[in-house]
Amino acid sequence: MSTSPRTPTAAAEHTRLLKDLQEGRLPDARGRFGPFGGCYVPETLMPAIQRLTGGVYRLLPDKRFQQSLNEELQDWVGRPTALTHAAGLSDRWGAEVWMKREDLTHTGAHKINNAIGQGLLAQAIGAERIVAETGAGQHGVAAAAACARLGLPCVVYMGEVDVERQAPNVDRMHRLGATVVPVASGDRTLRAAIDAAIQDWVTDPGGTHYLLGSAVGPHPYPYLVRELQAVIGREAKAQLAARAGMPDAVFACVGGGSNAIGLFHEFIGDEDVALVGVEAGGRGGALGDNSATLSGGRPGVLHGAHSMLLYDDDGQIQETHSVSAGLDYPGVGPEHSLLQMIGRVNYVTASDEEALDAVAECCAAEGILPALESAHAIAGARRWAAENPGARILIGLSGRGDKDMPILRRFPVATAAVKEAAHVAA
Amino acid sequence: MLPHKAIERALEASDGPALIAFLTAGYPSTDSFLDVLSQVEAASDAVEIGVPFTDPMADGVTIQRSSHAAIENGVSLRWILDRLAGRSTPPAAPLLLMSYLNPLLAFGYDELAARAREAGVSGFIVPDLPFEESAPFRASLEPEGLALVQLVTPATPAERLSGLCAQSQGFVYAVTRTGITGGEVDLPTELTNYIRAVKEHSRVPVCAGFGVRTREQVARIARHADGVVIGSALVEILERGDSPTEFLSGLRP
Repeated sequence: MSTSPRTPTAAAEHTRLLKDLQEGRLPDARGRFGPFGGCYVPETLMPAIQRLTGGVYRLLPDKRFQQSLNEELQDWVGRPTALTHAAGLSDRWGAEVWMKREDLTHTGAHKINNAIGQGLLAQAIGAERIVAETGAGQHGVAAAAACARLGLPCVVYMGEVDVERQAPNVDRMHRLGATVVPVASGDRTLRAAIDAAIQDWVTDPGGTHYLLGSAVGPHPYPYLVRELQAVIGREAKAQLAARAGMPDAVFACVGGGSNAIGLFHEFIGDEDVALVGVEAGGRGGALGDNSATLSGGRPGVLHGAHSMLLYDDDGQIQETHSVSAGLDYPGVGPEHSLLQMIGRVNYVTASDEEALDAVAECCAAEGILPALESAHAIAGARRWAAENPGARILIGLSGRGDKDMPILRRFPVATAAVKEAAHVAA
Repeated sequence: MLPHKAIERALEASDGPALIAFLTAGYPSTDSFLDVLSQVEAASDAVEIGVPFTDPMADGVTIQRSSHAAIENGVSLRWILDRLAGRSTPPAAPLLLMSYLNPLLAFGYDELAARAREAGVSGFIVPDLPFEESAPFRASLEPEGLALVQLVTPATPAERLSGLCAQSQGFVYAVTRTGITGGEVDLPTELTNYIRAVKEHSRVPVCAGFGVRTREQVARIARHADGVVIGSALVEILERGDSPTEFLSGLRP
């Protein structure tokens, strides 16, 4: 992590890039966030990418498009979502803790903001069919729901490992009318699902829209997904300002990084606000034992973008591990790679165990069952709070944990955090 | 002669349609790699050596399977270059490396071009590197005269098509259909028109690939294109332990 660049030239470059970000000049015309991003796709997809890019830059600023999107966000997604004062966690941590409740959206995670937005966009540019990938199943469910709402056929690719560990979501997708295709190749998780979705898209680039679920992939996806998720940070900042003031620090979990970029984006210019992304530290620091791309990776190209990536000396993509399927991915969105490079966001990790403890603590202290993904943000915030007593902390609660029951069942309920919470309550 | 010119020359010199053969390095076995390569070189006009990659997003099931197995066998770009450099005789047909971008990035562009030329490689095909992103890689190949082959597809708009054809070195890889490698291509009128259009724009030979697997297809494509690329079909032949020589010579009209 280079919060203090080594050379004056690098420092000046980082300052310039931060200014470019703050003033809305990134991604640039080539889809770059500084050295990261771009568009590395097979030639077959180039016309489709160019059509999509044209649609994105034409429709996102369009008043009528924004109006239909806002109506869907309000009436169907259930926005604005609540900002909850986490009184129990505040007491326990000696901090002032607030949670932005994306778990309260329709289908239960922030993924729906992007899914309905891209669905509307796909329809407007003439797509007849949607393909999507999913890890934890939250994006798959969101895509299936958005497609049902808009009357578009939807095919969701999901790794076999995830089909098993997130079974409730597979059934939800079926009931929402989507075709779920289990992916048996590669690592049989999110990465293999993206490979398969791209292979499908390549077969029909004219009629199919690839509804990518995170702020990853070729330009314009990282930009498009950020713009559709930025509603999280806009709402949270206004809600918190009305009730308390600016936060000292903002926490979000980072897999591909869509909820994090959505929450951080509004705060990039507020340089007094510390921004912290929490990656999946899994079961340890060795390659293959975690999904901590920014902490342990290096620049490379996968799934259409130049970004930080976990791979071996031969360039082969590394298998990853996380107890949370949604973070179990070897890459990360290119904007996060830039935010790390220029030191605007600090990226840390939380282990499987810390995440599981955070689930228990959040249940006990707040009566909220967070998704395992979101639990990483809580774990990161908890550690930071211990070092910064009395601080005002905003946590992105990206999704609810109902879909994690098959995983949570494997772990005993009475963890230390629960016992402690029970003790405090008594 | 510069390597990229040598590819052109070899394809043009073919008696009848040029045959470009693809095999995944080290598949089905690492021990037989150089032996199989020599047989394939003798029966074709140029050879694409597939560098295996964990996430081959433009490939169908056959090359996904061969790629993953080759990685399991310990094959890497470095392994391939070492094996090629250790041969006692130069290749009997120009060699191209077909690789996704990340193994090339991991190897390092600076070292790669010189090492590739020493190993007898004449050019590269990189399916996830569109022309717009290719300047740094092209700059590293240029001093060694190595080709970067451009791919065009039936979905490529006319204006883009002429630009890509003008920039391609060695040959233009005309993808016969939208989709991934493998399967079987039929040859509708649109395909004929498309290959004719590519031919019009191109200064180098035009070779058509994706789903070409029979003598009849080769003969029909050859009426319009300069050659064909045989990929998945050859990989399946090697997988079964059949003779590549017999299969490839059987494809020539």
